[in-house]
Amino acid sequence: MPTVAGALPEQQGFGVTRRRDNWWVVPAATFAVLSGFIVYSTWAAFQNAHYEFGNYLSPMYSPVLFGDSHHAWFGGKPSIWPAFLPWSPALLILWAPAGFRLTCYYYRGSYYKAFWASPVNCTVGKPWRTYRGENSLPLILQNVHRYFLYLAVAFIGILSWDAWMAMWFVDPATGTEQFGVGVGTLVLTTNVILLGGYTFGCHSFRHLAGGFLNRISGKPARQCAYSCSSWLNVRHMKFAWTSLFWVAFSDVYVRLCSMGIWTDYRIL
Amino acid sequence: MASRTFRIWRGEQGADGQFAEYTTDITEGMVVLDAVHQIQAESAGDLAVRWNCKAGKCGSCSAEVNGNPRLMCMTRMSDLPEDRPVTIEPMRTFPLLKDLVTDVSWNFEVKKRIKKFKPRAPDAADGTWRMDQRDVDRVQEFRKCIECFLCQDVCHVLRDSHKHDEFVGPRFFVHAAALEMHPLDTEDRLEELKEAQGVGYCNITKCCTKVCPEHITITDNAIIPLKERVVDRFYDPVRNLFRIVTGR
Repeated sequence: MPTVAGALPEQQGFGVTRRRDNWWVVPAATFAVLSGFIVYSTWAAFQNAHYEFGNYLSPMYSPVLFGDSHHAWFGGKPSIWPAFLPWSPALLILWAPAGFRLTCYYYRGSYYKAFWASPVNCTVGKPWRTYRGENSLPLILQNVHRYFLYLAVAFIGILSWDAWMAMWFVDPATGTEQFGVGVGTLVLTTNVILLGGYTFGCHSFRHLAGGFLNRISGKPARQCAYSCSSWLNVRHMKFAWTSLFWVAFSDVYVRLCSMGIWTDYRIL
Repeated sequence: MASRTFRIWRGEQGADGQFAEYTTDITEGMVVLDAVHQIQAESAGDLAVRWNCKAGKCGSCSAEVNGNPRLMCMTRMSDLPEDRPVTIEPMRTFPLLKDLVTDVSWNFEVKKRIKKFKPRAPDAADGTWRMDQRDVDRVQEFRKCIECFLCQDVCHVLRDSHKHDEFVGPRFFVHAAALEMHPLDTEDRLEELKEAQGVGYCNITKCCTKVCPEHITITDNAIIPLKERVVDRFYDPVRNLFRIVTGR
């Protein structure tokens, strides 16, 4: 079909619309919250300090592959790390969860609106005339999402282990580990639950769990996985935002406890 | 009885159009289509509007009410703000015929290009098939579509970027999903979805889902699953290797 013009004047141009509701509120809030998170997480990643407090480890630094921490898997800072580059254990791992969120179908829809105005909201004019979508470079690379999903699933396992370790406190008198629950334990456990809800409700996970099949009856395990993932998928937006907020809050909690500003109260 | 002012687009194909103002009385329970009919009867006998069932099932009275794609018969006057005139325009994605009526025939041409349903061989000697309800449930949602084309109207790829030649729009991704995910279907539509039908142009704004009067979860249940199937085939070397090795 040739391009259509009809007799209506085109609504071309940023923000041109006949809508009368506050259509700018959601994209503006998305812009503010995502920008705030990016600024905070970048700042936190470069701190290389106050990311652990006793048995608590900030999710922004987990897993500590190399670093001056008893949580480190492979020892201290690698000697091959270039001297001119700032060092932090978070720099080795944060790209994986960041890539998972960056290529997430839900976030894509949100930040295309909030950051690229493509379009800024439904039936609101775009500032750009040309449009290539995810059909060509660079946005065709968003199709790598499922590979970030595989990494994100591994991170859920690691963060679950961190939450478990957050339940074991060293008795300063005897030096032995004892089961306990502090406010930090609840913070880190809530964190992995929310991240799990977000990860296992991911559209790619839902597809791989059973969505790729046309006939799922007669495969009870797949059917169960697909149904559970679909249940989470309906709530994907809620898990996306709550888990994003809670990751930042978990880091703030561990950081402020480590700095002695907050006190971690023991419940059990 | 309250009086309300309407700004309705008046114009014909190939001619400059403009908004015309009309005032009419509104009674409890009226929908926008009732008001338009009342204006037709009282002061604009030549006002063109397409309608049929007045029950939200025929998909004829699609228009843009206060800038939002809606079925006029399902938009209650009481839900619209009273402080300003109600603006009614035709759908912007399609060529205007007259006033509120657009030429949506492009959609029917697009539909012809999508590969038809191709069932496997019958399961029984009498030529019938057996399906599990759980397998059919998934595509039943897509069968609710009433072809109002509001999703096509709101989609910025068609509305603003005019990719009509390269992109079939959300309505036909729903149609393709209903066929592609059908438990009996054996046809392969993935290459066409990627190339000729342009599923990659969708950038998941979910506007189509928001305006659907049948509440079909177009983006999450039709378009993204189709995108994932395209990824399976064209962008995932590991899955392709798995398919070659296992034959599945």
